[in-house]
Amino acid sequence: MKLTKITVSTLAILAASATVSMARDNVQVAGSSTVLPYATIVAEAFGENFSQFPTPVVEGGGSGAGRAKMCEGVGENTIDIANSSSRISQKDIDTCAANGVAEIMEVRFGYDGIVFASDVAGADFALTPSDVYLALAAKVAKDGALVDNAAAQWAEVNAALPAQDILALVPGTKHGTREVFDTKVVVAGCKETGAHDLFLATAEGKDDKEKAGNADKACMELRTDGRAVDIDGDYTETLARLDADKNAVGVFGLSFYQNNTDKLKVATMSGIVPSTESISTGEYPVSRPLYFYVKKAHIGVIPGLQEYIDFFVSDDMAGPDGPLAAYGLVSDPELAATQAMVAAGTPMGPLE
Amino acid sequence: MSDASINPSDLPQKSESLLVPSKLMRRRNAAETRYKAYGIAAIVISLATLGIMLITIFSDGISAFSQATLRFPVTMDAATLDPKGNRDIAEMTKVTTVGYKKVLEKSLIAELVLRQVAVDGVSEKDIGAFISGDAPARLRDMVLADPSLIGQTIDFSAFATGRIDGYFKGRVTMETAKLDSNISPEQLQLADKMQEAGILDVRFNTKFFTNPDASDTRPESAGLGVAIIGTLYMMALVVVLSLPLGVAAAIYLEEFAPQNRFTDLIEVNISNLAAVPSIVFGILGLAIFINFGGLPQSSSMVGALVLTLMALPTIIIATRASLRAVPPSIRTAALGIGASKVQMVFHHVLPLAMPGILTGTILSLASSLGETGPLLLIGMQAFVVNYPSGPLAGGVMEPATALPVQVYAWAARSDPAFIERASGAIIVLLAFLLVMNIVAIILRRRFERRW
Repeated sequence: MKLTKITVSTLAILAASATVSMARDNVQVAGSSTVLPYATIVAEAFGENFSQFPTPVVEGGGSGAGRAKMCEGVGENTIDIANSSSRISQKDIDTCAANGVAEIMEVRFGYDGIVFASDVAGADFALTPSDVYLALAAKVAKDGALVDNAAAQWAEVNAALPAQDILALVPGTKHGTREVFDTKVVVAGCKETGAHDLFLATAEGKDDKEKAGNADKACMELRTDGRAVDIDGDYTETLARLDADKNAVGVFGLSFYQNNTDKLKVATMSGIVPSTESISTGEYPVSRPLYFYVKKAHIGVIPGLQEYIDFFVSDDMAGPDGPLAAYGLVSDPELAATQAMVAAGTPMGPLE
Repeated sequence: MSDASINPSDLPQKSESLLVPSKLMRRRNAAETRYKAYGIAAIVISLATLGIMLITIFSDGISAFSQATLRFPVTMDAATLDPKGNRDIAEMTKVTTVGYKKVLEKSLIAELVLRQVAVDGVSEKDIGAFISGDAPARLRDMVLADPSLIGQTIDFSAFATGRIDGYFKGRVTMETAKLDSNISPEQLQLADKMQEAGILDVRFNTKFFTNPDASDTRPESAGLGVAIIGTLYMMALVVVLSLPLGVAAAIYLEEFAPQNRFTDLIEVNISNLAAVPSIVFGILGLAIFINFGGLPQSSSMVGALVLTLMALPTIIIATRASLRAVPPSIRTAALGIGASKVQMVFHHVLPLAMPGILTGTILSLASSLGETGPLLLIGMQAFVVNYPSGPLAGGVMEPATALPVQVYAWAARSDPAFIERASGAIIVLLAFLLVMNIVAIILRRRFERRW
């Protein structure tokens, strides 16, 4: 009968321990893998300098997944903060509201630059949005008509570019980075080359706005003949692919590039070298804001939550000389306003 | 080839010598040789794959076990660390790690001057960049624990940053440093001189096993401490939960259950469960244990429950097989001398089946040890710095990570130093697996009975 005794006592111990320690005393964060390194840097420093609080637990998993998790409801077994590399959508806000998460604080803590980079030993690239569009789009404008993209070398697109086979490693559609790549580079290039007007002429839709939207979507179609490759993994995968094929040009986050300058050579965009300075002044066009969303109902309940968000947006962390900027974050010029907002605990208004 | 198709003329004729192989004989021998060659080729291919895998992992990862470390006396400057001079802990906590970093930087530069190491144009800031980001935090903890250290000079050892460390491991070279925005060739030259002067040396890194994870800016201080604790907690819980349940279920099904449609259905389902992809159990765990049961996310408890679900079918199947291997004569003999059925099972059959049950359990534990998929879904792929408390203090309910998810997390980081750490973590994981498999083999060898 020993076995039965062991079983019973085990279950009793488990039941006891389950009730003892349900109260959570650490901040729980999840979301964007782009924000993840910044959030871990802050969490680590927070744990070191605020020894009365445990270090926040930070998970990755993607912006959408993080926001969905935050919107699951209020309570200690739901997360407190969702990191996001894109703005929250109305759908998320509605889900949140339906699950009782009424007030959310939107905190924009900086910008992330997106860069094109090639192998360090390879040729220099000075790209423009129209070069990228002409090289990678499914259809391009030629003599006033849309034709299938037949460009095989960068030099065919723009004589100033190297005579090198076109092979671009772009982030997969589930990445927040892809959205920025699409809107700030591809659609911009589409408009510059005149293809957008041609798409607009044939676009379907009830009104001009819907037509323009459909034309944008048509612009974003990338060629499928293997010259534009979607990478669904992390930047490390893009780097590994680029290592294997030295002809490739990859799309990376600025911080990833800054950590791998010995392997990567960055391309200029419209003549501007990407750097935290050129992005913060707005000269370098391909960037996006980074956010985290705080469940307001948890402030004051989860110990250290208010202190963590205050610390995150403080000049010591997110400021232009802080460790986040050293890692590759482009500091938000309006950080002071964000700090005031966080200190006052202002929830976000409706999306415009 | 069936015998019917053999041409009678191929068969050995009486007149032929047995020593001279006939056509058929030669064909059969050739088939045998071919078959052997296929077998050897298959083994060579699988061994080569294993070998290549091990060589890559070890060549990438073995360097994770050593670490470039700076050793120098640190003068605890009272003016910086305790500006008011009253040694009040509450006052002193206001000095952040930034202040402690300055103290370390100053002391290192003073040591360079003392040992007459020429810095040749490396700025003070770049010398400060030699010291890992975790050193100020450790120093701060030391001082807050013992304020009397202020004003003294203590011997302190700090990790050198990832790039410097990489230089001594061959990952960073003078050529790459020229292109690297995080390190300069001058800094590497200085590192060489510091090694000559005895300030810097490369030694075995025990912190790799004990330190918690670290952020992307300090790969050198990242360790497996939390992951190893999380893995041990999970494995212990899986044994505690799945062994009694699995063995009880198997005994019931094998020895007591009536043979009917319902038990047949259960049997089929158990075999099917063993083949369910592990990620499904993760989704189940998220829905049932976290969302419905309210158990804390990222905790080793939830991880263990999910892994238990995965391990149960395997344990039940292994237990039933070893129960079945106990010969019926033992059972009839026990019943014949008047034992009840329960006594027969627990006094005779189960002890004899135990080695087989344990072997099966250890092997299924080993497979759940390397399981990553379901753990990603229940939040164990997280950045956890605080060690979980002891198992009796509710540590299993606190956030933790596990070895395989730590590998996954490190492999996705941007600093190349984390690739080395990931391979190092794989080596530790393999060592765990090896130990478990050896235990299983020993159990089988020593206790297994043949009937």
